[in-house]
Amino acid sequence: MRDALTTASVILLACGVAFGAFAADRQVLHQEQSLYHTILVVAEPRRLCLKFSVRNNTRNQSCVDPNDPKRMVFGYTRMMMAALLVVPEPQTVLMAGLGGGTLATALAALLPDVQIDVVEIDPAVVKAARTYFDFQENERVRVHIRDARVFVKRALQRGRQYDLVILDAYSGDYIPEHLMTAEFLDETRRLLAPGGAVAANTFATSQLYDHESETYRHVFGEFFNLRVTTSNNRVILATNGPLPDKATLRANSRAWRPALGRYDVPITSYPRRMSTKVDWDPTKRPLTDQYSPANLLRGSR
Amino acid sequence: MSLELLGGRILAPWFGSSIYVWGSIITVFMLSLSVGYFIGGRLSLHSPSLAKFGCIFLLAAAILVPVVYLAEPVMIWVFDRIEDPRYGSLAASLALFVAPTVVLGTISPYSVRLLVRNREESGKVAGTLYFVSTLGSALGTLATSFYFILWFEMDTIVAVLAGILLLLGATGIGCRGLDRHA
Repeated sequence: MRDALTTASVILLACGVAFGAFAADRQVLHQEQSLYHTILVVAEPRRLCLKFSVRNNTRNQSCVDPNDPKRMVFGYTRMMMAALLVVPEPQTVLMAGLGGGTLATALAALLPDVQIDVVEIDPAVVKAARTYFDFQENERVRVHIRDARVFVKRALQRGRQYDLVILDAYSGDYIPEHLMTAEFLDETRRLLAPGGAVAANTFATSQLYDHESETYRHVFGEFFNLRVTTSNNRVILATNGPLPDKATLRANSRAWRPALGRYDVPITSYPRRMSTKVDWDPTKRPLTDQYSPANLLRGSR
Repeated sequence: MSLELLGGRILAPWFGSSIYVWGSIITVFMLSLSVGYFIGGRLSLHSPSLAKFGCIFLLAAAILVPVVYLAEPVMIWVFDRIEDPRYGSLAASLALFVAPTVVLGTISPYSVRLLVRNREESGKVAGTLYFVSTLGSALGTLATSFYFILWFEMDTIVAVLAGILLLLGATGIGCRGLDRHA
């Protein structure tokens, strides 16, 4: 009994301390109820973060270090730069999902001639990225407030092509299920210029990993899976032609290394982490427009 | 309600899942139900019978099947003609969901007419019917969104819905036979 009481008081005390720390260390700079999320911009001790939802433990969408704004704070953002190993000099880039705009800003700075189309469904996210994360639109970086599926279909209709398509619309609390199906990935594949690639930031845990991996294999055949032990995310790199060999990846990583150093991206470590091994259950069903319970699958192990 | 939920998933590949897509679907279902209620009330004036009631179910089942097969071509047609996804999703919802929902809407008032025997109990009968049909809607919503989409393809779910309507219609017509023999 006494033990239980002691335990309880320790827990209470810990909660109190944690809450005190939370209140003292975090400052909400902006809060907005948009059509799709509750958007929060929170200043933490050494970083500024964009969050969707009010829960304390909710995942950050995007963070920057105000003292070193180029440094990529998140593992998955750094991993997404591996796209440059597969398509080293993209001229045209389509990004589905803006977040704080970290990736778009970095690509625009690294690639002087690039033309970037960003598709973001929520205008409030664009506003927050502009105001707090120094995201800038110009003639090279254009933002379209649109559902990505609709944008891709229209782009196909108009015969547009992209060297690189970045899919980063999944990282919220709710997955847009129509952006994870084989039909959508096939539309995206058809949007690629010859030698083009898709880079997708997706999930490394739950049953969804198996289903999603099978979906990509179904559409693209063999693809690169980039995983790091410290992250719950994995990045998929898929092409509409043959995958580059390891020597090409390594050569590209050496070429990009000086420029990416400022972003804290360990680019030369990625070629050996990019694997084509089937490390999922290949009997799982690909996701399709007919069968796409991504959010339910994510909840089940 | 099950159909309404699936409606969102049917439209998403062409018009996205923005809030206005749901706005279109809910508008079209409400509009169609209201028209259905009105027509159902009128129909109940003309020598109502269990057989005719059964025919409404059969008709609903028959109209639901083309939704499965026509959805894609209809959405392509609309997508090619209407640029704005708000009006695109509204047009596609109108084309796909009005007919089955109007027919389903006629069922409630027609049931009231068949079940009411005298004026005193009419309120009670209508209350029970609202209770049953709204409870059914709630369960259909829950089962579809929690489980059916995890177990089945969408077309399968719509086909099963049509099958249930077919069964109910046949039962209605069969019972009429029993009635006459009695």
